[in-house]
Amino acid sequence: MSQQKMPNQTPYLPEGLPAPMPSRDGLDTPYWEGLKNEKLMIQRCNVCQNWQWGPEWICHACHSFDLGWGEVKGEGVIYSWERSWHPVHPALQERGPYIVVLVELPEVGNIRMVGNLLGDPQQDIVIGSAVKVVFEHHPDAKVPFTLAQWQIT
Amino acid sequence: MTNRTLRGKVAVVGVGETTYHKRGGSDDPEFVLALKAILAASEDAGIEPREIDGFASFSNDRSDPSRLSAALGMDELKFANMQWGGGGGGGSGAVANAAAAIATGVADCVVVFRALAQGQFARFGQGPKSSGVSGDGAYTIPYGMMSPAQMFAMRCTRHLHETGVTRDTYKAVSLATYEHAQNNPRAVMHGRPLSPEKYDGARWIVEPYQLYDCCMENDGAAAMVLVSAEKAKDMKQKPAYLLGATAGSEYRNAAPCHNAPLYATSSFTSLAPRLYEMAGVEPQDIDVLQSYENFTGGVVMSIIEHGFCSHDEANEFIRYDNLLAATGKLPLNTSGGNLAECYMHGLELIVEAVRQIRGESPNQVVNANVSMVTSGPMVTPVSNCIFGSQETL
Ligand SMILES: [Zn+2]
Repeated sequence: MSQQKMPNQTPYLPEGLPAPMPSRDGLDTPYWEGLKNEKLMIQRCNVCQNWQWGPEWICHACHSFDLGWGEVKGEGVIYSWERSWHPVHPALQERGPYIVVLVELPEVGNIRMVGNLLGDPQQDIVIGSAVKVVFEHHPDAKVPFTLAQWQIT
Repeated sequence: MTNRTLRGKVAVVGVGETTYHKRGGSDDPEFVLALKAILAASEDAGIEPREIDGFASFSNDRSDPSRLSAALGMDELKFANMQWGGGGGGGSGAVANAAAAIATGVADCVVVFRALAQGQFARFGQGPKSSGVSGDGAYTIPYGMMSPAQMFAMRCTRHLHETGVTRDTYKAVSLATYEHAQNNPRAVMHGRPLSPEKYDGARWIVEPYQLYDCCMENDGAAAMVLVSAEKAKDMKQKPAYLLGATAGSEYRNAAPCHNAPLYATSSFTSLAPRLYEMAGVEPQDIDVLQSYENFTGGVVMSIIEHGFCSHDEANEFIRYDNLLAATGKLPLNTSGGNLAECYMHGLELIVEAVRQIRGESPNQVVNANVSMVTSGPMVTPVSNCIFGSQETL
């Protein structure tokens, strides 16, 4: 697992999992395009300034359809986590355990994002620990994409 | 009490099940399983199948009501209903829908059913095999989070963290459920008891779930016949009267990407008070509980959210002997449930709740007059219902 000390260069999980694609209706294109440029973009209402995640066509706070996107720093805290052992996909057959975290972003109204926690998959995990976003590029995918991952700070 | 209620207006008068198989174990196509369960329920109720005039199911059941109606030669189809949502969250909701149709004169004899041949269709416990994913799945699946166990483990970890409830409660749920299956010859796990050592020694699926915290995958079908309370009085079986049923979930429970404001719940916090109000009972009146186990952690949350104990009391209350039919204050999953009888998306739990009222459970609770079901924790919509004997009306 030593190569995972350089998360920018080696994907946390093996290639072969379903690749993320922007929604055909365009709802979340700014998010996926932002990641490719190492920007974490979160949906924000242009009328009431409410942050919301995941993206939706309407602001749940004021019902405006006038929604925009704001770049955020990507500093969060671990809200919950799980260590997954049973392979749920052929690409994960040889992977062994891996960690998925739910990260809360206080800077944008405590919206939550799912990602992997980089580093030792057997590490102890403490809810409330500070984490920072890491951009994991997949330039060799059939349609290149970037994932937002998380690392303890 | 409000006039707008289901209380006492409708009863279950017949139940039927196919043989329950391991996943892939059924030689019958799924539609045949549905037909066999419906015929068995009709016979149990003492009605001709053509007297059925409506169907209610859930979780995108593939057995189409119009096809069933034609196949069974039903005189007329008056109600064809499906509760939205995957998983088992719609089980009690389908009962509520059927009962509402009968109570309002939309239909007279409605069958609630679920047929499931997982061996013939895609499995639940595996992720998609497509090369790409968009929409909500794009935010979880590329991170290796794609099975139901993984979706719900995240909620349970947070729940354990917030409340101080321990995984010993998960173990108690699993052991008690398996113990009940040992007295139930229909149960897939009949003759395969679970010891504490076997539970503890099982592999992790996804923390905080080990193998025996997870439901099975099965083939089979179950069905139940509902008619009005007036009609039920003169029929073959002792009626199980519906005292209440609700479906739904809390404020923004389905906020995408795990953003539900009340995250560490099984989605029942808003339903439970409504159920008790409609049924006119309180938690201490419940004689026996069937609580849907997709995963044991969801059962623990359901028990707490329905007021059987507080978070602080849970480690003391949710103990093995306290969940047994013979000794417990809260007899739980008395046929073996999704863990050990059959994963019929929880309809087998509702059938068992009826059996308790009829006095026919393999783990009969003495004088069971109020029998409750919670369907599908941690999904949305979830649902729940309470049945009562004649004495409770
Ligand atoms: Zn707004």
